[in-house]
Amino acid sequence: MTESEPIIQVRNLIKSFDGRIVLDGINLTVEKGKVTAIMGGSGCGKSTLLRHLIGVIRPDSGEIFVRGKDITKLDETGMEDYRKHFGMLFQMGALLNSLSVHDNIALPLREHTKLDEKIIGMMIKMKLELVGLRDFEHLKPSQLSGGMQKRVALARAIALDPEIVFYDEPTSGLDPVVSGVIDELIMNLSRGMNITSVVVTHDTRSAFKIAHKMVVLFRGKVVAEGTPEEIQNSSDPLVQQFIAGSPDGPIPLRQSSRDYLEDLLDME
Amino acid sequence: MSEKAVQKRSTAMVIVFLQHLTSIAFFFRETLRWMVVKPFQGKPLRFKAAIIQMDEVGVKSIPIVSLASFVIGIILVLQTAYQLQKFGAVDYAASLASVALAREMAPLLTAIVLAGRVSAAFTAELGTMLVTEEITALEVMAISPIAYLVVPRFIAMLLMLPCLTVLADVVGIIGGYAVGTTAVGIRSSLYIERTIDGLMMKDILTGLTKSFVFAGIIAMVGCYMAFVVKGGAEGVGKATMISVVTSLISIIIADCFFTTIFYLFL
Repeated sequence: MTESEPIIQVRNLIKSFDGRIVLDGINLTVEKGKVTAIMGGSGCGKSTLLRHLIGVIRPDSGEIFVRGKDITKLDETGMEDYRKHFGMLFQMGALLNSLSVHDNIALPLREHTKLDEKIIGMMIKMKLELVGLRDFEHLKPSQLSGGMQKRVALARAIALDPEIVFYDEPTSGLDPVVSGVIDELIMNLSRGMNITSVVVTHDTRSAFKIAHKMVVLFRGKVVAEGTPEEIQNSSDPLVQQFIAGSPDGPIPLRQSSRDYLEDLLDME
Repeated sequence: MSEKAVQKRSTAMVIVFLQHLTSIAFFFRETLRWMVVKPFQGKPLRFKAAIIQMDEVGVKSIPIVSLASFVIGIILVLQTAYQLQKFGAVDYAASLASVALAREMAPLLTAIVLAGRVSAAFTAELGTMLVTEEITALEVMAISPIAYLVVPRFIAMLLMLPCLTVLADVVGIIGGYAVGTTAVGIRSSLYIERTIDGLMMKDILTGLTKSFVFAGIIAMVGCYMAFVVKGGAEGVGKATMISVVTSLISIIIADCFFTTIFYLFL
């Protein structure tokens, strides 16, 4: 892996909700033009981390530097400007149901550029061709399958040619073939167009396929970080359990803090 | 429940109420900012979206508002005629009904019909958009959900509710005329004369002022409740119910408040 410049740097990020600590001092670096996979089981804080990266929630403390600027301290205009420079693929696509595929992809273009409708139409065709759905322009999102909706959402995410694309569980709920297609698209974007990708996922198979770098979270902390090979050969039992998907190991199945027997005896 | 528990619960309820009050005030301020200030900072209003909403909340409400006000017009004339007969002043039912319609019944009735129809629709639609992350998606695309979704709905309500109220005034009076000249037996020319004599511009204008306020309440409550939806489909359903109840109650309280002010000072 060649050294390249960091584009995102997260420093000592802490966030708690109602006294429950969700992110407990996260440190990580994302390199420009690479695919970084953030992995971890449900409830490990990876979605919360992602929501910090896109500026939807603000941390209790810590910084997130994107291209040298701390995005946790941006004002409204600064945040708006930052958001024009990245795209985001939501877990369920999050296409606007009232708009056609065409208008969904046109939305960021119409909002943030002064381009002619004709040029916008051309750009939409190009983006749709990229995800292989050129003929579906005039359908509504509800007329598409889940995988197709995600591909349209990806086309929308890259409509403004962003430098960074964030993916929230890009392959969850999709069949293996469509997952493979999405993986392929992420890799093509990164290698062909030098887009930095941050993929939050619990799909280890897809993560090992696409990632240049992997970060494993557990209970709001980074427990492992490195190339896919390094993660594969990690001696940490937590990491091994997670990538093997085995029910036995240091990751507890039960999440209640009270003693089981005590809880039962307490019942009246 | 012990006294302490009751106390604790009621304090918690008051706190939740105050929290909602402050956040709805903030929501209102943001809406006004995107409606009044931002257009001068290069973020134009979305007239197209507002017109679509005006069709949705205004034009499509015409049948139900007409029906309701026609019936209320009939009821008003019949009920007042019943009392006025005793004084042999049955023709005054015409002016009584028209004044009652313009000052009170038409604005209130239209607002109540729209509270059911529109705040429910706003909360259900926007709440579902929140649950499916569409609102977050807008935000992340650097498109303000307030500007994109709330402001057009707010403008549509502010423009359409007074229009519908005028319609309700007219249709209500027609309903009263229909029953007043037939069942009650007032002469047609007398009925029209009494209506015109009784009704003053002030009556209609105070009614319209109220409907303007009701429009704001319906749009704000309907949109705000959507933005605080918690959980999935169940949350949307619950928020929709709360939104209708809240706007109904707020409308009635605001009506009482404004009627008192108009009575005392106008």
